[in-house]
Amino acid sequence: MQYESVIGLEIHAQLSTDSKMFCGCSTKFGAEPNTQTCQVCIGMPGVLPVMNKKAIEYVIKTGLAVNCRIAPYSRFARKNYFYPDLPKGYQISQYELPICEHGFVEITVDGITKKIGLTRIHLEEDAGKNIHEGAGSHSFVDLNRAGTPLMEIVSEPDIRSPQEAAEFVKKLRAIVRDIGVCDGNMEQGSLRCDANVSVRPVGQKELGTKTEIKNMNSFRFVEKALEYEIKRQIKILNEGGRIVQETRLWDSNKGITESMRSKEEAHDYRYFPEPDLVPVEVDNAWIERIKEGIEELPDERKQSLIQHGLPEHDANLLSINRSSSDLFKKTVNLGSSSKSVSNLMIGDLRRILNEENKDFDECPLGPEHLDGLLKLIENGTISGRIGKTVLEEMYKTGKHAESIVKEKGLIQVSDESEIEKVVDEILSKSPKEVERFRAGEEKLLGFFAGQIMKATKGKANPKIVNELLRKKLGN
Amino acid sequence: MELHTLSIHEARTALDKGEISPVELTNALFKRIDSVEPKIKAYVTIAREHALARATDAEGRIKNGDRGLLLGISLAVKDNMCTDGIRTTCSSKILENFIPPYESTVTQKLKDQGFILIGKTNLDEFAMGSSTENSAFGRTHNPWDLETVPGGSSGGSAAAVASDMCIAALGSDTGGSIRQPASFCGVVGLKPTYGRVSRYGLVAFASSLDQIGPITKNVRDSAMLMNIISGHDPDDSTSAPIAVPDFTSGLGRDIKGMRIGIPSEYFIEGIDKEVEESVKQAIRKLEALGAVPVEISLPHTGYAVAAYYIIATSEASSNLARYDGVKYGARTEGNDLLDMYMKTRAKGFGAEIKRRIILGTYSLSSGYYDAYYKKAQQVRTLIKQDFENAFKKADVIVTPTSPTPAFRSGEKTDDPLHMYLADIFTISVNLAGVPGISIPCGFSSGNLPIGLQIIG
Repeated sequence: MQYESVIGLEIHAQLSTDSKMFCGCSTKFGAEPNTQTCQVCIGMPGVLPVMNKKAIEYVIKTGLAVNCRIAPYSRFARKNYFYPDLPKGYQISQYELPICEHGFVEITVDGITKKIGLTRIHLEEDAGKNIHEGAGSHSFVDLNRAGTPLMEIVSEPDIRSPQEAAEFVKKLRAIVRDIGVCDGNMEQGSLRCDANVSVRPVGQKELGTKTEIKNMNSFRFVEKALEYEIKRQIKILNEGGRIVQETRLWDSNKGITESMRSKEEAHDYRYFPEPDLVPVEVDNAWIERIKEGIEELPDERKQSLIQHGLPEHDANLLSINRSSSDLFKKTVNLGSSSKSVSNLMIGDLRRILNEENKDFDECPLGPEHLDGLLKLIENGTISGRIGKTVLEEMYKTGKHAESIVKEKGLIQVSDESEIEKVVDEILSKSPKEVERFRAGEEKLLGFFAGQIMKATKGKANPKIVNELLRKKLGN
Repeated sequence: MELHTLSIHEARTALDKGEISPVELTNALFKRIDSVEPKIKAYVTIAREHALARATDAEGRIKNGDRGLLLGISLAVKDNMCTDGIRTTCSSKILENFIPPYESTVTQKLKDQGFILIGKTNLDEFAMGSSTENSAFGRTHNPWDLETVPGGSSGGSAAAVASDMCIAALGSDTGGSIRQPASFCGVVGLKPTYGRVSRYGLVAFASSLDQIGPITKNVRDSAMLMNIISGHDPDDSTSAPIAVPDFTSGLGRDIKGMRIGIPSEYFIEGIDKEVEESVKQAIRKLEALGAVPVEISLPHTGYAVAAYYIIATSEASSNLARYDGVKYGARTEGNDLLDMYMKTRAKGFGAEIKRRIILGTYSLSSGYYDAYYKKAQQVRTLIKQDFENAFKKADVIVTPTSPTPAFRSGEKTDDPLHMYLADIFTISVNLAGVPGISIPCGFSSGNLPIGLQIIG
């Protein structure tokens, strides 16, 4: 039977406010345990929360960036459960009346763009952390993070594949980073993602039983965990089994999801309106002021890149953040063709950045670097292949392409007679291969070209090499 | 002149004129405490050294011409308001050794006026109760008859004021916890409008109902303390950002033409005959002074106690979750985390607390929320509307504070429902968020005080 998967995501984004949500403590990451705490975030008897207005503003800003309706009136609720990292025994969150509702973002997968609905965005406080290492039979509790503002973005079950899920997370991450409300760091946990996933036979309307997947702390893991979970569910159904509604944890080492707790073990959070806080009232003037602070968003950038002559696929990749889009435009403005800039950025530059675990906004190369490199390739000074080496060198040293090419003697050899010597030499060294080629083994052309490039340290103009080879081997 | 009998106003005048000194006054109070406290047991903590040091300090400051409204005056504070460096127990084992590292807003405001904290008074554990019998540190006795209860939960504060072991005191009122003990002890107790006084530092029982207020020997002192403790507090979002009037400005004005509403629902069956007679006599007296009695109706009164016990216990079940043995307060070790939680809370909380946590947890549970908590909130809205309608006809509403005078110790401890009904006249006021004051209006044949409640 053919199955389709139905996925809804919950994204938790730590807001990059300087202070916590209900007290003045710092939110800085990595301080000594329990040094960023006070009576309020420790939950001393008698203390009261006071709302950080900036956090509300950040949520509204996010809501506006993802087409949400901003509630004129929203309120906080208590989510009650016991855990040592939760000092008050309840988390201040939102339940019935969140700040934002009914939004959407657009994602593009395999050239197809679709809208993913957003049910709601609400604001809540983060918990602390339990530390089990080095505590013997006890555990330590670090409350530095307790009370840090956390925004929860809940999607509709509109996502149909792990790729779409990963795209969705990427898109949201790009947006929250763009508008400056969250640093989007998934490894440090500033951006966390849970998924609700079920499968159903294609064509069936009713949803299958869902599981909740937690602990997917990178785009790659979102995709992998969901792939695994969908396969697991389909296998169970194909074997005549039933899916158990439960929460499962992604184990990235084992590459599997494992049962954490069943529906029966699920908490009854006993939500009720938080009596220590007054409702949040948002008027249009406030919304307008916040709107003014939002600059170009990924989708607008994408449109402008398409107008710059880029195909949708390239525009999609380069619009994901402002720095990549800016780098592209500035390089094109220096004279390079948009396609060559886009190829360079999406190809080799992105590969280098990925290897270094960096994003375009941390890229040390400017438009002059890229433009300089592309000009050298275009006017035949170096080959595309040498271009890769030059790019890597530029990345490492920050030097410009021209000086690297000069220092390292990488200038392309386009002198036909000089290349001809090497061609003759290689061909005379490989009589057997020449015979096989003539017998019809055309792919050996690549072998000869490779040998020649090796002999010239990559400097031979590939176009001329090919022409000469054809001439010499040809009939 | 017996110094311990002085009111705030009288003490202020005498201190300012130099007729008495802060040290003399404080010593007189401790002498009084030494003689009557062993019988009354109003205090959980007596801050003798602290108070005497502050008195000496105040003496110097007065000589230097320093003027604080409470400079040199000793007040008692209910032991559910956090006092920096001074033990705050809520009369619970779970906080038996808890010393707050911060000051509540109200006590800070008293400090700013130079007050002397003489001690922390007993209460029903976490302010849950109407008799000050539910204290982990023993019950408090009514100074008028040691066999009867002082009321609760601010029974310690009311008894301390009534027996002159302090000049005045602060209490907290969630369903009548200031007014009912004031009525039982024959003193003045005011529950301000919700939001008028900051709750920051008041250990929460039911956050949407709790309010701090003064318990005093007379109405003038009540107004004086209100002037000091009222006002918006940036640390309490639910405190009202509204200017504070001079509460003493209304003192001594005549009441000619004032419409006093008398709710038919409050003079019900089961109300003590002597209480009813005493209150009616007070109404006649007000009439003689020019006030105009008007009959009004508060039709949803019958649902108030039920709604209150759902809302208050729901909030309490959440507010008390923080006492888990992890961060502060008493911990009983266990085999694992859950075991530690259960043992800590089983040992740390008294029976009434457990009963209310169970009630509140149940009311908020999924599947029951709509039938209980939500319904109770709807009733609360109706009760609020009752008052709004009533105040269209009347300027104030007058009722008994409690259906009976002080009852005997142990009389209701095994009958929680009957105990809960002791608050029947005071609870609606908290649900509506309006202010209410209890003032003495006579005595029963057994020589126990009777209180008149005025709701504004």
